[in-house]
Amino acid sequence: MSARSANMSPRGAKSRRPDVHARAAAWALSHARSLFFSLGKLYRAPMASLMTMAVIGVALALPTGLYLMLSNLEAISGGWDESAQISLFLEQSVSDEKAEALAKELRLRDDVGEARAIGKEAALAEFRELSGFGAALDALSDNPLPAVVVVQPGMALKDPLRIQQLVYDLEKQPGVARAQLDLQWVQRLYAIMETAQRGVLVIGTMLGLAVLLVVGNTIRLDIQNRRDEIEVAKLIGATDAFIRRPFLYGGIWYGLLGGVLGLVMVEASLGFLAEPVNRLAGLYGGHFELLDLDLGSAAMVLLIAIGLGLGGSWLAVGRHLSDIEPR
Amino acid sequence: MILFQNVSKRYPTGQEALGQLNLEVDAGEMAFLTGHSGAGKSTLLKLIAMIERPSRGHIVVNGKNLHNLPKRRIPQFRRDIGIIFQDHHLLHDRSVFDNVALPLIIAGFRQQEIGRRVRASLDKVGLLHKEKAFPVTLSTGEQQRVGIARAVVNRPPILLADEPTGNLDPALSREIMGLFEEFNQVGTTILVASHDLDLITPMGKRMISLKDGRLLADQAAAEVQA
Repeated sequence: MSARSANMSPRGAKSRRPDVHARAAAWALSHARSLFFSLGKLYRAPMASLMTMAVIGVALALPTGLYLMLSNLEAISGGWDESAQISLFLEQSVSDEKAEALAKELRLRDDVGEARAIGKEAALAEFRELSGFGAALDALSDNPLPAVVVVQPGMALKDPLRIQQLVYDLEKQPGVARAQLDLQWVQRLYAIMETAQRGVLVIGTMLGLAVLLVVGNTIRLDIQNRRDEIEVAKLIGATDAFIRRPFLYGGIWYGLLGGVLGLVMVEASLGFLAEPVNRLAGLYGGHFELLDLDLGSAAMVLLIAIGLGLGGSWLAVGRHLSDIEPR
Repeated sequence: MILFQNVSKRYPTGQEALGQLNLEVDAGEMAFLTGHSGAGKSTLLKLIAMIERPSRGHIVVNGKNLHNLPKRRIPQFRRDIGIIFQDHHLLHDRSVFDNVALPLIIAGFRQQEIGRRVRASLDKVGLLHKEKAFPVTLSTGEQQRVGIARAVVNRPPILLADEPTGNLDPALSREIMGLFEEFNQVGTTILVASHDLDLITPMGKRMISLKDGRLLADQAAAEVQA
């Protein structure tokens, strides 16, 4: 309180500096003021603010929507993992018992989910049934087919290198003539999806850059419009941080509200797509729920939006604020 | 309070605004700075407020050698100086109250304290009833008084005014000068640039005359007689 009464005296310049606690409170107060002041400014120019936010919203909704589409594709194709299998064609000399033993041994491996032996006779019966070459087989005196061990990999197909390694390992097992990976097309699909994911990342990065520039430009115009105010504030002892603060909060608001708008757009599109997707799934005799954006991803989108808003305003403020000095 | 030692100021254009100036203003003193336009009055005030830096020489203000004051200390330094301009520099999108409150907000005062001080300051310049008005609705004299209220609301030890009565009629000008005298009576150091000799001579204060950036005359208060 003594500091306050010293304030009353015009000569008390030395004792005017408040203590640490009061300064922390003043700092927090200044932040709160900037927060609401910048929000109030958006509110006072609703059309202009809304336009800027809509641009940010669209720029964020696009990569978010694409990401969501990929997640849905992944969910659909996830069930295909189980149908992937490696067929081990054994050498002719390997007996059915040995094939059975090999399957048992393979089952113990970590990278093998399931292994099942098909004996020579069983293989012949299956071939006769499925191939339609039954008559031709009858003409042969011996069973030409080897015993087969069917192996299901213990890992997801998304890991092509490890699967390849598994195929390679299995091929080197004694008695194995050839290892063949089925469903290579699933792998190809995954490769395509991975490429698409990269594509989304690239598009997302570019649109993120666009958000950065949009916010930066909006804040730059704002700074120019308030040139007089900045000059006056500097003349009466405003620090750079004080002048910067409302602009930075402005950027944060643009990012946050633009991000919310983007999420609303994504949700609306999802609602628009839900019905035809369900009908399509119904036609394939399946049931499929469109995956919605989960809470974590939505929060991530907002966080990125805020980060871009802050970054954009920081760029503008850093470049243009120091140019303004009182004359 | 304010000390100039061999101060010269040359603008990048090559124009020499001040040359070899020596000057001292004591704490609690009130002085007028006179001279024709272009004599260097504004430059001198700008040097004190660190809006400009001298090309040569030393300036000490409020015990601080401005030569050694880093850029980041300028804001804190300026809070101890109230500045009044001819064209008052008010913000037109804010009320009178908010304009006057600005220095206190910058300094981080609390809301109740701001309200108290702003009203005291507006009361002092006789505009308490206009606190909600916007600057454009005020007369020139009233706008100037809002500018003064803003300059003193922080109770700075030094008050600088650059042609504060430039746009006002003699009666209003006299009123404004009366305000400055009142602030001076409570101990504020005041330096007013004005070319209106008819107005300031009768006040019997120290008069510092500049011509072409050099000290022409420095009459102590006792020598200036109404």
